[in-house]
Amino acid sequence: MADHLDDYINAVARAMALPLEDDWRPAVRANLEVSLRLARLVDDFPLPDDVASAAVYST
Amino acid sequence: MPETSAFMSAAEIAQAVSSRKLTALAVTEAALARIAAHDKVLNAFTDVTADRARAKAKAIDAALAAGQSVGPLAGVPFAVKNLFDVEGLSTRAGSKINRDLPPSPRDATLIERMEAAGAVLVGALNMGEYAYDFTGENVHDGPSRNPHDPTRMTGGSSGGSGSAVGGALVPIALGSDTNGSIRVPSSFCGTFGLKPTYGRLSRARSYPFVASLDHLGPLARSVKDLALAYDAMQGPDGDDPACIVQSVEPTVPLLANDVRGLRIAIAGGYFQQNVFPEAVEAVARVAKALGAKQTVELPEAARARAAAYIITTTEGAALHLDRLRQRPNDFDPAVRDRFIAGAMVPAVYVDRAQKFRRWFRAKMLELFQSVDVILAPATPCTAPKLGQVNFTLDGVELPVRANIGVHTQPISFIGLPVVAVPVPLEPMPIGVQIIAAPWREDIALRVAYALEQIGVAAAPAPRGIGA
Repeated sequence: MADHLDDYINAVARAMALPLEDDWRPAVRANLEVSLRLARLVDDFPLPDDVASAAVYST
Repeated sequence: MPETSAFMSAAEIAQAVSSRKLTALAVTEAALARIAAHDKVLNAFTDVTADRARAKAKAIDAALAAGQSVGPLAGVPFAVKNLFDVEGLSTRAGSKINRDLPPSPRDATLIERMEAAGAVLVGALNMGEYAYDFTGENVHDGPSRNPHDPTRMTGGSSGGSGSAVGGALVPIALGSDTNGSIRVPSSFCGTFGLKPTYGRLSRARSYPFVASLDHLGPLARSVKDLALAYDAMQGPDGDDPACIVQSVEPTVPLLANDVRGLRIAIAGGYFQQNVFPEAVEAVARVAKALGAKQTVELPEAARARAAAYIITTTEGAALHLDRLRQRPNDFDPAVRDRFIAGAMVPAVYVDRAQKFRRWFRAKMLELFQSVDVILAPATPCTAPKLGQVNFTLDGVELPVRANIGVHTQPISFIGLPVVAVPVPLEPMPIGVQIIAAPWREDIALRVAYALEQIGVAAAPAPRGIGA
């Protein structure tokens, strides 16, 4: 059943000129759901405003 | 002159070739013969560079005959995951699309360094498409197969590397590890594998996946061979901006140093959940042998894994954005769909993941004030069957692909050095991660060597190829 996430997928695919055939949609959606679930896990963790990104690791 | 065998270590080969008890050409021919005999089953190799290997071997033999020194890897056959540039080959990185690239004009830095130490490149190895894989399966080239049971996965994405070394076709192979792609095949195929500290070994002229997480390193059948290859490949390289400017720190002379006195702990919490009894048994054997009783908690390890996942899927998608637009039907469909989804993750989540990375790094450095080594499973299970989608653990059905790397991802997330050691359980081996503080590969290798000396860690002889 289509919902806001399907709307989001359609909108981003159009905005970014990403190919998206109907057969691919279930797998793309399933993968995006996993990513968003994991992203929220990170997002839920409070970090101070002044923490800097670690784009690469070094000591 | 003695005969060469599949189970001669690189150290033994180099000693025999250097002292002219064996010729490099004989060793090379034996390796090529093993590949011809067994690769139909293992499907580890995508390219066999026989002519180049014979020419290199003859040059080594000629140099030795002329009284010249050849190096610590004299005559040692090795192979590389096919994301390393090999002069004259298109760097396919497991893909169909990259086969259209022109032949590489020059070898990857690590190949040059291995050959400068006397090693002989015999070919390029199968891998998961664009390294976005934990299984070793590949829709274009077919799956690499496990040398202990060819109906099982090698693990990925350095699947051919695990298969070729685990199957004793070559004593050393090179792979890459972004989230576990050296450690997972090492675990499933029963080999030793080293993922060095991020920035230690040059990645120049290798095909990237996630630049901020990509590492290169060796797989081998013994710790000494692993260290010999690692030592040969160290050193700064201006062609890789992440490679540290630091002189070589040899590890081979340190391997036999006493490990008593090292503070060794077992990773608890997250690393003891969702694991099969085999993984528990392997960690317990290693811990007992080392006298490790303390358990430590890696702070927020599940979030570290989640953040690594987000950075991987988005950076990977960014790398392949043009190819996704132009040639979507030439990808493995499963890989394509993951990359398209990755392109749709909001950027704010990526920045949060990178900031969390800084936090996690700081906490882990604090932890290494009180321990020298952390032990953790390399994989939650032994090698699953090829094509297996789910496994059942404690009555819960879980997806295989998504769970294979749960214990490796939090570690590579912050670039810590790890040696994966094989514990030869029956019927299949499984790996344990020996994790050290940044730049302390020497400690991880020493512990692995000690485990090998007492027989707790060993690369089992392959049983799946009729060798």
